Amino acid sequence: MSAVGLPLGSAERKVLLDPVLVNNPIGVQVLGICSALAVTTRVDKALVMGVGVTLVVALANLAVSLVRNYTPGSIRIIVQLSIIASLVILFDQILKATLYELSLELSVFVGLIITNCIVMGRAEGFAMQNAPQRALLDGIGNGLGYSLVLLLVAIARELLGAGKILGVTILPLEKDGGWYVPNGLMLLAPSALFVIGLLVWALRMWKPQLQEKD
Amino acid sequence: MPKRDSTRYTILFATAVCVVCALLVSVAAVSLQPRQAAAARLYMEKNVLLAGGLLEPGADVTVQEVNRIFDERIRVRLVDLATGELVPEGKVNARDYDQRKARGDPAASHVAPPNNAGIGRLPNLAVVYFIMKGDAVDQIVIPVEGLGMWGTIYGFLALDRDTTTVRGLTYYDQKETPGLGGEISNPKWQMLWLGRRIYDDQWSPSITLIKGGAGSPEADPHHVDALSGATVTSNAVTRLMRFWLTDDGFGKFLKRFREGTQT
Repeated sequence: MSAVGLPLGSAERKVLLDPVLVNNPIGVQVLGICSALAVTTRVDKALVMGVGVTLVVALANLAVSLVRNYTPGSIRIIVQLSIIASLVILFDQILKATLYELSLELSVFVGLIITNCIVMGRAEGFAMQNAPQRALLDGIGNGLGYSLVLLLVAIARELLGAGKILGVTILPLEKDGGWYVPNGLMLLAPSALFVIGLLVWALRMWKPQLQEKD
Repeated sequence: MPKRDSTRYTILFATAVCVVCALLVSVAAVSLQPRQAAAARLYMEKNVLLAGGLLEPGADVTVQEVNRIFDERIRVRLVDLATGELVPEGKVNARDYDQRKARGDPAASHVAPPNNAGIGRLPNLAVVYFIMKGDAVDQIVIPVEGLGMWGTIYGFLALDRDTTTVRGLTYYDQKETPGLGGEISNPKWQMLWLGRRIYDDQWSPSITLIKGGAGSPEADPHHVDALSGATVTSNAVTRLMRFWLTDDGFGKFLKRFREGTQT
């Protein structure tokens, strides 16, 4: 995969792009799937959630990395949490001021970004050991990887569950005079598990080296 | 610089992190507050229009459009809940009156009489929205609120000028369980209310959410299907809707209106 135009060395490019496909946080590390179940009934929700997590994980990684050499080891987790929580509140406030109606539905889940395993995991697992620039790239990469899976799941669920994508009718519903009988299960949380399961399966078929040995 | 793992340095560092984070959060909260309040107000007024059937559910409207519809079709008035009389126009701008704020202000509210709708205080003045057709009142939209399962439910009820036939309903602010009690915000369920009668023949509030399915509005005018899996929410909705129709709520005002003792 070439990143034309990005003034990045191959190591940096790997940091940025690896989490999107090769080492996807949801697909491979199976982190952060709790929110992936809740916010994927519609594409617009998934999009906003993806933007939120990407911003938070990128900025949290940057901030944690900037202070990593000054952070006392005994309180490093709580320092990371404070940074993450502040960023999440910031995002929630901005959402309330700009996309009010969406924020009513998403507020609960936006608050839960704080406990999203991906954010904490990248802060503790990557940003504490790496320079700010690489930490930022790693954050963006993981955020994009999360968003990609969220979007795929949301597209499958909104299309099969409501016949729409982003509110635009793709499959005309039977009750509106079309032919498609929507699958109501797709709008309930369990369907996200099925879709994510299928995605993880597909990813491991495509890249057999990801399969664990029994 | 003291050693990185000394107690003194740790406390200093923790304080610094707290101050920076607190500063960031408070600056954001304070500077965004006006925009959030404006967005919340627009959303509330949009729900008045939704209850009155002047907007389609899911429609995206701007402040200008809402203002235009308000100017053309809606007259906002204040009601003195104790007497049921309309407050003369001109004294206060009714559209800028904040009923929720008034309810929390001891000088502008009173303790609610004992009730089962979980209402602690009532504002002295409440807002009503008249939806006009020409010069005549076509619908009356009243705000309703009460304690649900997890928090206060806020909504609007649009009544025909006979003060008993439901013309529309919205719940715009509620914290009920998503997928169960939260379905009170589902326009499809709200449609079930249309044409129901909230008062019985003796003008006593009689609307009830029942299990097992209500008949058509003509055959079964005082019942609405309860929400499955949400008994607490369904009961709360019955109680809060009834409360606002009693004389402690808008009962006196609605009586005056249908008897024609005020326009």
